[in-house]
Amino acid sequence: MYWNPRCETMSRSELEELQFERLRTVVERTYHNVPFYREAFQNKGVEPGDVKSLDDLKYLPFTTKQDLRDNYPYGLFATPLSEIVRVHASSGTTGKPTVVGYTRQDLNTWAELMARTLTCGGTTKNSVIQIAYGYGLFTGGLGVHYGAERIGASVIPISGGNTKRQIMLMKDFGTNVLACTPSYAIYMAEVMEEMGIKPAELKLKYGIFGAEPWSDNMRKEIESKLGISAIDIYGLSEIIGPGVAAECQCKKGLHVFEDHFIPEIIDPITEQPLPYGQQGELVFTTITKEGIPVIRYRTRDISVLYPEVCECGRTYVRMGRISGRTDDMLIIRGVNVFPSQVESVLLEIGETEPHYQLIVNRVGVLDELEILVEVSDTMFSDNIGGLENLEKTIGNRIETTLGISAKVKLVEPKSIPRSEGKAVRVIDNRKI
Amino acid sequence: MVKQVSVFLENKEGRLVRALKYLGENSINIRALSIAETADFGILRLIVDKPEKASSVLKNAGFRVIETDVLAVEVSDEPGGLAQILGYLAKEKINIEYMYAFLARKSDDAIVIFRVEDRKKATQVLEEAGAKVLRGETIYTL
Repeated sequence: MYWNPRCETMSRSELEELQFERLRTVVERTYHNVPFYREAFQNKGVEPGDVKSLDDLKYLPFTTKQDLRDNYPYGLFATPLSEIVRVHASSGTTGKPTVVGYTRQDLNTWAELMARTLTCGGTTKNSVIQIAYGYGLFTGGLGVHYGAERIGASVIPISGGNTKRQIMLMKDFGTNVLACTPSYAIYMAEVMEEMGIKPAELKLKYGIFGAEPWSDNMRKEIESKLGISAIDIYGLSEIIGPGVAAECQCKKGLHVFEDHFIPEIIDPITEQPLPYGQQGELVFTTITKEGIPVIRYRTRDISVLYPEVCECGRTYVRMGRISGRTDDMLIIRGVNVFPSQVESVLLEIGETEPHYQLIVNRVGVLDELEILVEVSDTMFSDNIGGLENLEKTIGNRIETTLGISAKVKLVEPKSIPRSEGKAVRVIDNRKI
Repeated sequence: MVKQVSVFLENKEGRLVRALKYLGENSINIRALSIAETADFGILRLIVDKPEKASSVLKNAGFRVIETDVLAVEVSDEPGGLAQILGYLAKEKINIEYMYAFLARKSDDAIVIFRVEDRKKATQVLEEAGAKVLRGETIYTL
């Protein structure tokens, strides 16, 4: 079942023509409206007129998260703020988030893409969809919301948390589609069991899960515990939010909505594009966004592209499920976390050379973050209450900066192993 | 005024032993000690015969060390002895952050170590009340 059969089953030649037209437009738009891009193009010796085919994409400059940070908050917008009707933000590598903006047309595009995504996942106008993704600056909640409304489903905008209540409403409201992070879905299943509620008592049929990596094994567990068919969805706020790619019911890779985004796989070290079937870093160029179009955005996610036409009939290329990152970003309870954010908190409280380590555990089904901080000379005092307060203060500041809570533990100096090269900042004990 | 050596220790097996081993290997004798702990870490507080040497030995071994000035008071080793001393301090509203005690080998007295906010005032109050406040040198050479 397609939301937009004409687009989703477009022939490859028609799709490529469309992509090329749209690529020309976004190159003009960024070149003329965004100083950062004009400079980046000029540094590469490329002008909009030089883009004569889709093949020429490889001559265009890349964009990284650092570029968004350097131009915080609105420096990369290609439209004046008066035309921006929505702002969203996502974790930055230090204290400041990365900011994206949407014009009215962008919101329209986003809703269209989410309608396609949700339809892939089994949503129709007769669905009752419980959106347990966070609402707010995070793109998950509102992204799914507008797509679901576009389809005409009955939307329960419940956001995250308050799990017992969520389950009660799931039962009372007759929810048949659940949208949240996969780890939250498993957690809900556990709480349901504790409450003595069996999946058969609920009307749940479909799950739309994303915002963090999850394995096929996890999928099987969720599907069996909740009695649903679950799909993986992919997106990132820099590209649009959720709605960049989605699995169909074949569950053999995620269809990238290529009429809006041109995907590439590159070698993360040499930056050379790789052919279909080879694993590397995912790069996207947005070809319809107006607010903050991005050219060759390096996602740091590792995946692979499969060109074969899917049994569902969609002609879009499929991306493999994300198998890792090329940087040290973590996703904990659906939130992007950079170790360098912890560093910026410690520098803020006056530490000049902080030594710290993040330890991520999956306790039961929820992720827990522990942060070890070596006691420095400036931190240590003969006051046990003072040291306890220090742990709490660091913990509170980290919660504010990262957006999730962490347990801070003061440890002895030199107890965190030093390395000759890059410090090992993260120990991820989760087996996803 | 007595110098106390405070050491940060993780609340993990072997940490305390490790610190004490370094002291032993460097011929440092411990007069008294106390440990203030939380679930994850603790502060080991030591009265030793050579506080400066203890500090540098432990610092070189990689521990976080700080020296704190504390008060040492002689208390007669009989029921009510300590309560009397505490009474003098309470009367002048002097707050005690922590304290611990040990027996003096060469006499029949106990020695109590106090950490107070205003050491000068506390010393004055105790001496005026007739209590014996001990100098560092006395403690170190016990």
